[in-house]
Formats: sequence, structure tokens, C-alpha cells
Amino acid sequence: MFKKTIDWLDERFNIQPLFEFMSHKEVPVHKHSLWYYMGGVAMILFVVQAMTGMLLLLYYQPGVDSAYESIRFITTKVSFGWLFRSVHSWSANLMVFFVFVHMFSAFFTRTYAKPRELTWVTGAVLFLLAMVFGFSGYLLPWNELAFFATKVGTDIAGAVPIIGEPIKVLLRGGDSVTGATLSRFYAFHIALLPAIFTVMLFLHLLFVQRQGMHEPEFFKELPTEKKRMMPFFPNFILRDVLLWGVILNILLYLAVFFPWELGVKADAFAPAPEGIRPEWYFMFMFQSLKLLPAHFLIMEGEVFGILFFGIGGLVWFSVPFWDVYIKESIRPKVLKWFGIIVIIFILIMTAWGYLV
Amino acid sequence: MGLNRRTFLNTILGGGFLGWLGSFFYPVLTFLVPPKIPEANVQSVNAGAIADIPPNSSKILKFGRIPVLLIRTKTGKFSAVAATCTHLDCTVQYRKDRQDIWCACHNGTYNLAGRNISGPPPKPLNQYVINIVDKEVLISKPKQVG
Repeated sequence: MFKKTIDWLDERFNIQPLFEFMSHKEVPVHKHSLWYYMGGVAMILFVVQAMTGMLLLLYYQPGVDSAYESIRFITTKVSFGWLFRSVHSWSANLMVFFVFVHMFSAFFTRTYAKPRELTWVTGAVLFLLAMVFGFSGYLLPWNELAFFATKVGTDIAGAVPIIGEPIKVLLRGGDSVTGATLSRFYAFHIALLPAIFTVMLFLHLLFVQRQGMHEPEFFKELPTEKKRMMPFFPNFILRDVLLWGVILNILLYLAVFFPWELGVKADAFAPAPEGIRPEWYFMFMFQSLKLLPAHFLIMEGEVFGILFFGIGGLVWFSVPFWDVYIKESIRPKVLKWFGIIVIIFILIMTAWGYLV
Repeated sequence: MGLNRRTFLNTILGGGFLGWLGSFFYPVLTFLVPPKIPEANVQSVNAGAIADIPPNSSKILKFGRIPVLLIRTKTGKFSAVAATCTHLDCTVQYRKDRQDIWCACHNGTYNLAGRNISGPPPKPLNQYVINIVDKEVLISKPKQVG
């Protein structure tokens, strides 16, 4: 039956070359092979996001008077509503975590170098989109923490010189965070972002498939007979699936035993509560902004912070285009230390944000 | 070199295409900008009777669409400031124990006159004018500070 279907399709679409390609594709086996799986994990979590998101859409109602209430309805009245909402939130966080791991592993193994510059760039766009996904989704329950986090986040966008103010108004749908902001974030979260994300993910995967897996320097230098390889299909795919199973189990465990809280409903005329903080992946920036004085050098502290992170991000994401200018003998060392400093900075700031 | 038929047609078609792009993006971009909603021009707000606001307490009032923080100090004096932090837009609060104004988002503090005294806020909070009329507290439009 299966063969018949394949033959039927092959007769019409000539899909045999695709099978040819898949059967010849190989994945290098070495001490850093583990990192090859991280992108796949992030991807499966994105699929979980899309599926649970679609389910939540059936009941969620955007609006100042309905958003919070509809999520309370989902978590208390709808069968398994609490589970799907909790899975959606947990899987969002796990996805961002694995996107971070995937990005740093790509950085340290220097997979971004020629000819994979565009794979890195599409990955960078996906990373930023994942952050915007998180930021826009955070507001949708319309609770106190999210309300103030959104105020702060959009105000940060507003502090960007020249283009900041129009961007802020565009994001908020007005001068302040209101129901109009919620409508916009909802539209971004369920329509605009998924559309762009899917296209970018397709390109990212296409590039990976077209160019094959990256081989680290030490592996490339091995004689051909010493290079251990694993067929992509079925060996690598099956390992991928096994790991997805493990991750999905962890996700389910977290969602069931640590259900995501809904918090207190947002009130535009209440003071910001103590302990206000953004999602953990924004914490390092949040904490840095907290530490900056009102004025730094010739500018306001927040403008300095925004410029710092803006330029820092640009340097980070354009690494395939400038690392070639570093002398080849010291290049790996310089980049390794650059990456380590970035990680230490993020870790210290994040821990500081939670401890103080 | 004179204008031949090919360049002429390319220019016309290219120009037409750019015009078409413009006619497509202009409405989209302007659609994204929210229309200005006329705001009620609030001049003053009644915060209630003096007796209802005990010393060393505060409340947040709606001044049109803007939150305003009304404080009654330990000594019974009133002051009112814009409740929106000048740093990143969070809503500030009165701290009874320290008798200052505090923003929980990034730990900015102001004195009771709204002047920024520590943390990241770059500017003071706008001060509102307090009038006591018939034992009621009236708050009116701010004096610009800073």
C-alpha cells in the first residue's frame, strides 16, 4: 500500500531524487555530535507551540475585559484547558532555552563560517522572532506582571533615538499600553509572527539540508577512513525522535506538576507591584537597565543601555562577516573568549536579577 | 546616447511598478498608525474629602487617562504628582515606611515633591496643584518641573 502510494506520487512528481538525497545524506559522528540535536528540539517545541496555540485560540478572547477572564475560564472550566495552557507556556520557555543552546553551540563550534553565513543569519532572525513571540504572548493573559513588563519593554523601544517614538506608538496602538496594545500583540502573536517564523524556519532548514551538517575543524582534518558517519535517515532521525520523546515527557512533567500561574489581573491605575520582572530570557537586559544610573556619559542611562544591547546584538549576529578579519592563528581563541564573556555576562546579570 | 524604445519602456514600466508599490504600502503603513482619539480636557479632579484620606497614605486617581498619585504626608500635608515613572513608564507608589515615592520596576525613588533622588529615573515627576475647597481635595493641572 505504502509502496503503491509512493509509486503513484513518483509517477506524477518524480520524487525519487528526494529519496536518493535522503539515503545519501550523512551526519558526522564525533565528540560534539550532541549539539546537532538542539535545533531539532527547538523545532519540535515550536510545533507544540503551534498546536497548543491553536487549541487555546478556540476559547481565548482578546480585550481588557475578556482576556484575563477567558484564560481563567480555560484553566478552570474547559476540559484539560489548564494542561494545554500550561504546556503552551512551558514549551515556550523550553523553546527559547533550546534556541539559546542551539545558538551558542553554533557559535562555539563556529558552524556559522563560510559557506553557512545565511544559515546563521536566518537562525538569528528566528532567535529574535522567538523573543518577540515570548514578549507578545506574555501580555495576552493581561495580568499585572505582563502589563508592566509590556510598558517597560515598549518604552525601551521608544527610547531608541529618532525612530523610537513612532515604533512605540505603532507597537502600543497609541501612547500608552491599553486594550489597543493587547489587540495588536494578539495579531502579532497569532498571525504575523507565525507566518514570518514559518518562512524563516523553512529557509533555515532548507539551507541546512542543502549544505549538509557542519564538520568541526578537527573532524575535517581526519583522513576519510577515520571519519565516522551516520546515515541521516533513518539513524539520525530516529535518535532525533527519541530525544523529542524525552523532551516532551519533561515538558509534560513540568506542565502537570508546576502549572503556569495566571497572576493578578492588570489594572492600569494600580502601582507597579514589587518584584516586577520580565520573562527570564529578558532578565539580563532588565537587570542591566536597572543598574544604569540616570545619566551615563553624555546620554540618559536607558539610551546608553539600548545602544549597548543594540550594537552588541548586531556584533553578535554579524559574526560570520567579521570573524574572517581576525588573524587565523588566534581566531578560534578570540571567538571562544568572546562567547564565554557573553555567556558569563548573561548568567551573572540573570542571577543578579533574580537574587536581588 | 539618445533615449531608445527599450529604456523608455523600462523607465515607464519601472516607474509604474514603483508607483504601484507605493499605492500598496502607503495605505498599509498609515493603517498601522492608530488614529488620535480626542481626550477629554480634564482641568481638575476631586480626590474626595480630607477626612477620607488619613495621614501617611496615598491613592492613585484618574486624571483623564493619566494616573496621578495623591499623597497625604505624616504631618497631614497633601501633594500630588504624575504617577508615571520618568524612566520606563511604570506606575510609581508611595512608600509609607520611608515616606518617598518608589518605582518597583527598576528601583527608582523620588522625594514627595516628585524630584528624582536615586536609581535610573532621569527626570522628576510632574507636580499637580492641590487646592482644598470645602474640606475636599481638588487636584488640578501640573506645574512643569525640570
